[in-house]
Amino acid sequence: MAEAILTAKDLVKHYPIKGGVLRRTVGHVKAVDGVSFELLKGETLGIVGESGCGKSTLGRLLMRLEEPTSGSVVFDGVDMYAQRGRAMRKLRRDIQIVFQDPYTSLNPRKTVGDIVGEPFDIHPDVVPRKGRRKAVQDLLDLVGLNPEHINRYPHQFSGGQRQRIGIARGIALNPKVLICDEPVSALDVSVQAQVVNLMEKLQDELGLSYVFIAHDLSVVRHISDRVGVMYLGKMAELGEEDDIYGRPTHPYTQALLSAVPVPDPTLRDKREQIVLKGDVPSPANPPSGCRFHTRCFKAQEKCSVEIPLLEIRPDGAGGHLSACHFAAPREIIETVDLTDTPQATTFDSGLRDDSSLEPVGDGTQDS
Amino acid sequence: MTTTTDSRAAERAQRTADSRYIPQAGLLLEVDDLHVEFRTADGVAKAINGVSFNLNQGETLAILGESGSGKSVTAQAIMGILDMPPAVIPKGQIRYCGQDLLTMPDDQRRRTRGPEVSMVFQDALSSLNPVFPVGWQIAEMFRVHRRMNKSDAMERAVRLMQRVQIPAAKERVKAYPHQFSGGMRQRIMIAMAIALDPAVLIADEPTTALDVTVQAQIMALLQELQEERQMGLILITHDLGVVADVADKIAVMYAGRIVERADVYELYRQPAHPYTKGLLESIPRLDQKGQQLAAIGGLPPNLMRIPPGCAFHPRCKYAQDVCREDRPPLREVVPGRESACHFAEEVLHG
Repeated sequence: MAEAILTAKDLVKHYPIKGGVLRRTVGHVKAVDGVSFELLKGETLGIVGESGCGKSTLGRLLMRLEEPTSGSVVFDGVDMYAQRGRAMRKLRRDIQIVFQDPYTSLNPRKTVGDIVGEPFDIHPDVVPRKGRRKAVQDLLDLVGLNPEHINRYPHQFSGGQRQRIGIARGIALNPKVLICDEPVSALDVSVQAQVVNLMEKLQDELGLSYVFIAHDLSVVRHISDRVGVMYLGKMAELGEEDDIYGRPTHPYTQALLSAVPVPDPTLRDKREQIVLKGDVPSPANPPSGCRFHTRCFKAQEKCSVEIPLLEIRPDGAGGHLSACHFAAPREIIETVDLTDTPQATTFDSGLRDDSSLEPVGDGTQDS
Repeated sequence: MTTTTDSRAAERAQRTADSRYIPQAGLLLEVDDLHVEFRTADGVAKAINGVSFNLNQGETLAILGESGSGKSVTAQAIMGILDMPPAVIPKGQIRYCGQDLLTMPDDQRRRTRGPEVSMVFQDALSSLNPVFPVGWQIAEMFRVHRRMNKSDAMERAVRLMQRVQIPAAKERVKAYPHQFSGGMRQRIMIAMAIALDPAVLIADEPTTALDVTVQAQIMALLQELQEERQMGLILITHDLGVVADVADKIAVMYAGRIVERADVYELYRQPAHPYTKGLLESIPRLDQKGQQLAAIGGLPPNLMRIPPGCAFHPRCKYAQDVCREDRPPLREVVPGRESACHFAEEVLHG
């Protein structure tokens, strides 16, 4: 088993809610409330959950874009939150992030060369000044953009191309870990596949570890080795991709999986749907005991009193981490294993030279 | 519950009796060679270039496409809510129960919006008025179209909110849109859309902004309402999963044209257009492991400069010289299957 490159322990992030005339703290939004996991070298850890479950806050904590309320992150044997000044800056080189929105995460006044090259300005010892332009062009080439477009501005690119620019910036300093916060969710289906394939290629070539945060369970299954399911600031279930998708033991994971539409009409009436009642409760005032008990189809009295721990529970083929008092495996989807089947090869025509293929304004989903 | 159903049935019978809109053989809507362009300072963007389809009672037609394919513009043209100018409809007909909506006097057309054809939008927060209570907004439908008094209209609003399963509807009828969650707001949008018992409901990406568990609830509700009222439903979406779950027929759009049209089972089993095939191969599937994603290279075309010939040819692996010159018309490949591709047979059987 590979060793852990990043270990999060009991991470907590509470945001104060200010109210009244005196702006006193009247409560806390418990965005992340005790999350622990390990990221292994070279693996992809998928983090899934619905909006408000704290998955993006978790990503920001791992980047130290936010200071945690409590808890620790150990990166390569170093306690990240104990580092100051130069040591922290050195550490930041090794953990980089790709954001969701390719529109707001790129400065519209800077050229692509400036954006991708900016990490070199902050860490000047990585690439000598003279070699920067070449380094940036190599990066653009690596992510499938035309190196000659180094002087263009973000608005001259489509959504998918912009996300490639964001990825190029993310890998510029040759990091060990890349946090990807919904990197493909703003993209059109046909473009999404291009970016997912690119990320897999880069992982193989550069030996990166990914924390892949997304709400799309299909994409997460495709790219992840292990998957964590979050609900209201807590990890509900964590395990190998097979464990989570093939033998889920937490009712929330089961409901989530059953709700995902599968693009195959012949499964229409064959798939069992667990329809959850109501919406996700507010993280400012989460339910007592198990946070899922208000929507759970298995809930009993114990669930509203006692918080279930994330521990190894039997799943029918060994066991994996699950936080449910009544954890029991249930097959929700029938998996077709295509690992060794020959499949259609990738067709990437005119990816670089797209003079005739200028975007329809964007290339992202209608919003 | 039964009394509401009965009274609604009676009301509908009454309305059909004095309506000038009577569907012939179940045929509700015919879109015929529709063209829409946007004339802007930068040039003319040809958003829709000859789209035709029919919609029957009780049928769900999915219009599938990526951004810029013209699927939302099609919906807006049917509803008559395009901004004109810059939009222009140079050609085409949209017939509702045999009558052309495009040539109808404005006043008459306005009276079709709501009672005959109605629409659910993607973003419920920006589609609802933030300064009026939701109950008031639903009741407005009855006050304006049915000339009901305030208290009757409000009572109907409460009943509708109950019908779309909003908990504690009686208390929440006076709440404002921002006090509801995304899923509840979408339920309110649906309540407004079905308030006047329309024959045609257009849902434009109704669940795109919602979480997956809420999406399942909303789609289930839409299907239930459609069955109950035998509405014709046009579902506009980019999500191949949602389409597979609910649609009867599919029209796939690319660069303002329908490139493939088929029954939902047939289309997923064996696509007959390279674009549809590419889409199906490029989505990761929840129920597959070790799948390789075959991405479609390149990007959809700029609508101001749609490539000559087949608009998809620069991204197509089947493309030959003929594709760069001749635009393939939508034609029947095998009975019940239409594709706009010179090599449709090859794609279908190969």
